[in-house]
Amino acid sequence: MMTVTERIITIAICAFATMFTRFLPFLVFPEKKPTPKYITYLGKALPSAIFAMLIVYCLRNVELVGGNNGIPEALAIIVTCALYFWRRQMLLPIAGGTISYMLLVQLVF
Amino acid sequence: MTKAKSAVRRKAFLAAFPYTIPIFAGFWFLGLVYGVYMNVSGFSFWYPMLMSLTVFGGSLEFFMVTMLLSTVAPLETLLLALMIQARHVFYGIAMLEKYRNLGWKRFYLYFALCDETFSLNYTLKVPVGIDRGWFYFSVSLLNHLYWFTGSTLGGILGSMINFNTQGLEFVMTALFVVIFLEQWSKEKKHYTAVAGFFASIVSLVAFGPESFLLPTMVIILLLLTLFRKPVEKAGGLTASISEGTVDP
Repeated sequence: MMTVTERIITIAICAFATMFTRFLPFLVFPEKKPTPKYITYLGKALPSAIFAMLIVYCLRNVELVGGNNGIPEALAIIVTCALYFWRRQMLLPIAGGTISYMLLVQLVF
Repeated sequence: MTKAKSAVRRKAFLAAFPYTIPIFAGFWFLGLVYGVYMNVSGFSFWYPMLMSLTVFGGSLEFFMVTMLLSTVAPLETLLLALMIQARHVFYGIAMLEKYRNLGWKRFYLYFALCDETFSLNYTLKVPVGIDRGWFYFSVSLLNHLYWFTGSTLGGILGSMINFNTQGLEFVMTALFVVIFLEQWSKEKKHYTAVAGFFASIVSLVAFGPESFLLPTMVIILLLLTLFRKPVEKAGGLTASISEGTVDP
């Protein structure tokens, strides 16, 4: 069991580690200096890959074999995509996808 | 603070707010769950409150409950935290251009660059006539506030809360899907999106759900470096400040 001081030290370490990862690129490539071309390229190429990674991260515990076979997730993502391409805005597809997912897991599966 | 300056801030705040509504739903839900989890693990609400304020990163904060319940291990804690949070380095690299020339505000923007804030601030178009810096600042601050209040409330209320909100956590998945589609429709070729899915799924299968992020990032970096020529040649990579089309 940790003492209060040890707990605060642990929290401080985690806060420091988080800040380190968030500040690092800005410290290594300061505003005043031109950013290397490779880094500028990464800055443009990374986001699509990152968003794909974040989607997989959100779905990492979905069981494709057994459980619900990922069916509620698949259906809710289809609803989200359909609403997005229909209206091209943000709130409607997010709300529609979430509500259909909640209905699916609460009432159907 | 002059009147004109506070008007600029208020306008930016009001412009940013609608975009953050999905984050409000997601962060209050996840924050409450996290606060309750801390409460039933025997921690006073001061802990989730302090952690949400200073760490402001959901996945690490959930993980820290286990850390805080075992014995103190500073070096192990540091390494684990760095591993869990490593993806933020990518966010910073992607935001280098957008967070340029924003004065003192940039330090808070760096500090508050969580998954959701990055996704919004990277994708959103700053509306015409709205101060860029204060817009990004408002998105960051609102998200921070949602997470902070949600987890503190969860820590205070504890197991008194009756959760009839099964499935609400999907709001974060839906947010990332919409952000992904927005990015997808801006690009002519989708090499990098495909690389992201490929890397994530391969790593997930190989390393399992709890430790696939680091290998995913390594594979993404390798792919983007190896295929830099074709990706750049294909064009359609967008990172300029004025781009982005989504409405709230």
